[in-house]
Amino acid sequence: MEVRFTLNGREVSCSLVGSELLLDVLRGPLGHRGTKEGCGKGECGACTVQVDGHPFNACLLPAAEVEGRAVTTIEGLAPAPGELSPEQQAFVEAGGIQCGFCTPGMIMASKALLDADPDPADADIRHALVGNLCRCTGYAQIIESVRRAAALRGEGS
Amino acid sequence: MTYMGTSPTRPDAAAKATGRAEYISDAVRPGMLHGAIRFSEHAHARILRIDTSKAERIPGVRAVITAENTPEVRLGFLRDNLALKKGKVRQFRDEIAAVAAIDPDIAAEAAAAIEVEYEPLPAVFDPIEALAEGAPLVHDVDPRGRPVTSNLMPVHFRHFSGDVEKARAASAYVAEGEWSTPLIQQTCMGTAGCIAEFDPQMNLTVWAKTQIPFLAQRDFNGALAQMGLRNKNARVIVPALGGGFGTGLDTHCYEYISILLAWKTGKPVKVQYNRDQEFAYLSPRQSATVRMAQGCDRDGRLTFRHVHVVQDNGAYGSWGATYPSVMLLPATSLYRVPNIYFDCELVYTNNTYAQAMRGYGNPELTFALESNLDQLAEEAGIDAAQLRLINCNEPNEVTPMGLKVATCGLRECLEQTAERLDWDNKRGAPDGTARGVGMASLIHVGGSGRIYRSDASGVILRFDDWGNLYLSSGGVEMGQGLHSSLQIVAADAIGVAPDRVFINQTDTSTCPWDVGTHASRGAFTACNALLMGATKLRDKVFRAAVELYPQLVEEALRKQRKRDPDAPAPSFDWRSRIDADAFDLREGQVFLSNTDDPVLRVDLGKLIRAAHFRDGGGQMFTVEAFYDPPSELPDWEQGQGNMSACYTFGTQGVEVEVDTDTGDVRILKMAAVLDVGKVINPQILRGQTIGALAQGVGYALYEEVKTERGRILNPNFTDYKIPTAVEMDFPIELEFVETDEPTGPYGAKGIGEPGLVPTAPAIANAIADAVGVRIHDLPITPEKLLAALRAKNEEAT
Repeated sequence: MEVRFTLNGREVSCSLVGSELLLDVLRGPLGHRGTKEGCGKGECGACTVQVDGHPFNACLLPAAEVEGRAVTTIEGLAPAPGELSPEQQAFVEAGGIQCGFCTPGMIMASKALLDADPDPADADIRHALVGNLCRCTGYAQIIESVRRAAALRGEGS
Repeated sequence: MTYMGTSPTRPDAAAKATGRAEYISDAVRPGMLHGAIRFSEHAHARILRIDTSKAERIPGVRAVITAENTPEVRLGFLRDNLALKKGKVRQFRDEIAAVAAIDPDIAAEAAAAIEVEYEPLPAVFDPIEALAEGAPLVHDVDPRGRPVTSNLMPVHFRHFSGDVEKARAASAYVAEGEWSTPLIQQTCMGTAGCIAEFDPQMNLTVWAKTQIPFLAQRDFNGALAQMGLRNKNARVIVPALGGGFGTGLDTHCYEYISILLAWKTGKPVKVQYNRDQEFAYLSPRQSATVRMAQGCDRDGRLTFRHVHVVQDNGAYGSWGATYPSVMLLPATSLYRVPNIYFDCELVYTNNTYAQAMRGYGNPELTFALESNLDQLAEEAGIDAAQLRLINCNEPNEVTPMGLKVATCGLRECLEQTAERLDWDNKRGAPDGTARGVGMASLIHVGGSGRIYRSDASGVILRFDDWGNLYLSSGGVEMGQGLHSSLQIVAADAIGVAPDRVFINQTDTSTCPWDVGTHASRGAFTACNALLMGATKLRDKVFRAAVELYPQLVEEALRKQRKRDPDAPAPSFDWRSRIDADAFDLREGQVFLSNTDDPVLRVDLGKLIRAAHFRDGGGQMFTVEAFYDPPSELPDWEQGQGNMSACYTFGTQGVEVEVDTDTGDVRILKMAAVLDVGKVINPQILRGQTIGALAQGVGYALYEEVKTERGRILNPNFTDYKIPTAVEMDFPIELEFVETDEPTGPYGAKGIGEPGLVPTAPAIANAIADAVGVRIHDLPITPEKLLAALRAKNEEAT
């Protein structure tokens, strides 16, 4: 079967042989390797993408489920070559990035949070990121990155 | 200095923020096959028969290998491990066979189709039982085939100084006990993997998730020799790592299997672990049991310390079997103690074999030492912070191990921690709540740790024709920020802007030798090498400037006069000042020091091009430097030797609240004060320290690889809990004490590991202060705490 959806604003299609997961399709035939596999069972959040604006673990979502929907991955955030989205910029500036493996998922989860709540309290940020594991940072500068992202988005609007 | 102590954007941040950094899981080679490994289903068994015929018949399979059809490849510093096991298996994760196939699913299916017949053997899972007479032997012969009579590993680390028994008898107060720490997983977010590829000349390239590219090259070259590939070379390339935490300190069976499969098939072969496999088949941190006794006199001065350690090593030796080399640091040198006994036993069992993890023996030992010290304080009726201050290490002391401590900020660390916790008011306060405070300190190597003949790092520095600096280092950027430190120190020491410093990918074919990124040594050694190289490179530029600067300035003056005939002449007679020592280089501009006249500033790229294209033979600007720290390889049997160029000290304090109904521990606040020598990049230092502290919290409260007769029971993040953003929701007061270490690059000490060393005992001590019970085995789970509280209540009634 064939699945058609919008990936980072462009129509894409991909043939499926069976129960491929969105993560496999993104990283495989669609060549979007920015989305990381950290556990393959929805425990770590490294593969977080947005589907119609909501955060999803791409490792749990059958690719067939995104038929006709809009998928945003880390590759879809930067507004232009050489530029970064406010969320990316904030993580770069506020020290939210160390080994970087959790970063694409962290940024996507943060963006989904800020899309829903432009000015979240710290407790809301921590709650929103509870499914995104990081082993390097102890989260302090990640939380500060999300706060900074909220401020940058505020300036931009 | 312009950039030291600031936080310019780290060079790898944008690639990581946009998903463009390439980790091993992202890497692909043309024509690449995928490898899968068949692991043992027994903890200890004889292999009677391996039937690979079904696997070989599966379409898409290109090779199936076992010990029978491949050369023997031996690994580990004790040479006690084989890439593919022969004769018997000694742990659940032993590699028996492997498959290369055109995709990962086919490879996995074929690996599962291999039939193995076993004869189970009696197994041993407890290190004490393994030492008992008549215990099953994990290895019945040594690597040379000589019979073995015990499960005790042939590694020896000891220290005896003074007269411990006499000192114990003379002590006014003595406290003793036993503490244990669990097997835990490093849980790098990026899981392990590699690609091995032979070129047509049979030279090998391995893309490896390693912290030791040059020792890995040595190991892989050894494997090539064992495979009969004489005079061939292995090149090791390190992709973005996705976390290291000690997992990259050894080479691994999966890497050799990938090499053997690549050799068999003539194609690149990738072996990539997923999370379940990482938990089940990658070596965790060793568990340890530490018996500790300490005593003091009436004034609280420590009189002796008696330490005995037993470690369950598992089935094979990795570098992890040398944890006691680092245990010796706190055992002999944390606080001043005149009489010391330290001995350890490392024991083979049929459990999963262990390997290095951040802190390397230090957290295990410090948990016992600092818990025991609180007991001693109680015994002696002395405040626990006071007891530590009475015995505090001081600058310019030589410890019983022979550690030459030049700078030491421990006193300030202790005092500041106490102040930030409001210690005097909160410690022991009978306030009717189950709240308490506790603290613990650390000593760790701050100037690398010499565990190998060479403890060196090299750098190669090269300017291109545009004045860009290319820096090659054998160190590994694991996420800790090594490349940022190099960029900052290069910018200040050489005189170029940080964003003109490009750091080459770590690759043994282009980078100079480095012993490895471990022992908190990366920035310390590489930046010291860089400082040496910077002097050479600047000197080279300034010698060229003596000849070329005058003509470049003349040209600039000519252009200036053409643009503006009334432009004033330079304010001083610059021609008379031309001398290699008079030049300076800042922000990519060469000028005579003590002038800011822009016309007298020459663009570095312009000067380099003038030197390159000079009549009568040009030149290039490349230098190398090699730094080996001023330290000694200790005599491990005596536990003597100054193993590091300097030492990092610190204290952590915690305030907790215990829910006495559920046993839950809530951290209300933490304070961490660390003597870092000098801050290079405050943002990265903060990230490293809080990150380590979070690992310490996990170690203290949540993490344990649970096993049952050698089988790992919780190989996933649902059953193995690491702290999330919610567990880490408490204020952390961080303070860096700058002692300006003379051996450090611009005064800095190594800080990679220390953040997690004292966290668990600080928490355990705070819990004891809060509810009056002390948990001796990590992690401090609600179940253990509740049981201890009930036992205490029963005792009281």
